[in-house]
Amino acid sequence: MIENRPGLNLLAHLTLIFGVCVVALPVWVAFVASTHGATDFMSGTIPMWPGPHLVENYSQMLGAGVSTSGTPPVATMMMNSLIMALCIAIGKIAISILSAFAIVYFRFPFRGLAFWCIFITLMLPVEVRIVPTFQVVADLGLLNSYAGLSIPLIASATATFLFRQVFLTIPDELTEAARIDGAGPMKFFRDILLPLSRTNIAALFVILFIYGWNQYLWPLLVTTSSDYYTIVAGIKRMSDAVDGLPQWHLVMATAMLAMIPPVAVVIGMQRLFVKGLVETEK
Amino acid sequence: MASITLDNLGKIYAGGTRAVGDVNIDIADGEFIVLVGPSGCGKSTLLRMVAGLESISEGEVRIGDRVVNEVEPADRDIAMVFQNYALYPHMSVRQNLAYGLKNRRTPKAEIDRRVNQAAEILQIGKFLDRKPKALSGGQRQRVAMGRAIVREPAAFLFDEPLSNLDAKLRVAMRLEIKELQKRLRTTSLYVTHDQLEAMTLADRLVVLNGGRVEQIGTPLEVYRRPASAFVAGFIGSPAMNLIDAGAVPFLPGSAHAGQVGIRPEDMDVTPEGPIHMQVTAVEELGAQRLVHGHTAGERMTITLPSDAALSDSLRLTPRPGALHLFDRETGMRMD
Repeated sequence: MIENRPGLNLLAHLTLIFGVCVVALPVWVAFVASTHGATDFMSGTIPMWPGPHLVENYSQMLGAGVSTSGTPPVATMMMNSLIMALCIAIGKIAISILSAFAIVYFRFPFRGLAFWCIFITLMLPVEVRIVPTFQVVADLGLLNSYAGLSIPLIASATATFLFRQVFLTIPDELTEAARIDGAGPMKFFRDILLPLSRTNIAALFVILFIYGWNQYLWPLLVTTSSDYYTIVAGIKRMSDAVDGLPQWHLVMATAMLAMIPPVAVVIGMQRLFVKGLVETEK
Repeated sequence: MASITLDNLGKIYAGGTRAVGDVNIDIADGEFIVLVGPSGCGKSTLLRMVAGLESISEGEVRIGDRVVNEVEPADRDIAMVFQNYALYPHMSVRQNLAYGLKNRRTPKAEIDRRVNQAAEILQIGKFLDRKPKALSGGQRQRVAMGRAIVREPAAFLFDEPLSNLDAKLRVAMRLEIKELQKRLRTTSLYVTHDQLEAMTLADRLVVLNGGRVEQIGTPLEVYRRPASAFVAGFIGSPAMNLIDAGAVPFLPGSAHAGQVGIRPEDMDVTPEGPIHMQVTAVEELGAQRLVHGHTAGERMTITLPSDAALSDSLRLTPRPGALHLFDRETGMRMD
């Protein structure tokens, strides 16, 4: 990218703009659909420009929901999703940073075994262990609860390894200086490791929040009470109209609303996120 | 302030490798001891054993009258300065200095007093609220020393603290460390591989080789009477000429020795000198010149004043009493 040829620049920009359009088109269609009335989308031609029903559709979804599909108002579902996503993201970070701390800085019996146990969980995502996990959660009486929604998803080998790599880049001298300065293990963790992993925590938070927000299969299984429906699973329930046509304009409005929190997290934490991924110097 | 005693100290690693053995050093209160040796000679291991960062396999370390073999580093009343400074990157200079005191529950007013005092001694007052990232290498080094000073420890341990600085700054900081130590009179143990640094800083030198002490003495003692051929070749720049005794049978005492050592500055050019040197290269240093060459197949270097006459072959006479004789088998000094 050192050469500076206008033609090449133009081509590059056109390619990128084309790419953006391809990605943005479905989102645009969804937005347009959410601003039209109930029948406009069934008429055969899909409108490409926003219609007059924006405020009406969105306020109906936020406030009342669609009574026929048995889903609660979107506001409730979004709150459920938010709680679940936050629990998963924060829980994953807390557990994995502590286990990485243990693996990197302590010599304990069966350390190698512990390391491999964590590693093995990489091969066991929820989808693989869904039946036994459901059984356990049901036996513990955690169906229809935030704990049941989030705890089975919290263990994370990936995040543990990420923090392990971060800790390995922290020079040994820093650990030794802290030891000589009289910082015990937990003090060292709190005063030195946590602040130094700040950007990595932020980057991981963004990724994990979106992971938690987008959970679909697990919430669908463990929530039977509409009080605990999450928004992603809720959209699915809404589009399953038993008799009659799905109310696409309302489904799309819900989809648009469901996108807001992840987008907000990404935009809000973008700078920390990029820093956390590219920063190497400690 | 305290003395430090290393008594038969040794380190054996898990695989059975012996890194350090039979080290006996008595460090008096307020003394500046420099451990010097080539890389891998165990000098850092030794220092880290005193610091408590490395476990002790044999012998004892005493700080004052207390055996500290099993004492945590934080409770040994020592402070350490690391080669890469090891400053906490997310803390300001002030927080870096105060961290160790805070962990010891020193009262706030006392912390402030000591931090300000250290900042004044080291002239880092202007940087107190900056992060280490915003400091130059020399300034970081000062902060690292400040962190040691504020603790007011029984001993300072320096682990090659000047290695990351450029040559000019290294010389300046070397002098500063020396003055600081004279002023604070704190017992200091300093590790370096740079023999010049060792000579200039030390009250006494400890020359290490292969995990063993080769010689302990004041810089001049070590320079004038090196205890072994290794010390002779290691201390002094340019290095002492070590010539196989068989190549110079005409020199006094060479009949019984394995190697004969002559310092480059201990030879004079004389018309009838016994040593015949073929000159191969000349290095100008300004005040003097280094003349390299060989005699009877042995490499040799001499220093001459920069105005001395040069020719392709020189005849040299060693000054009286300038010969160092080393044993054939052990490499130890013979007299």
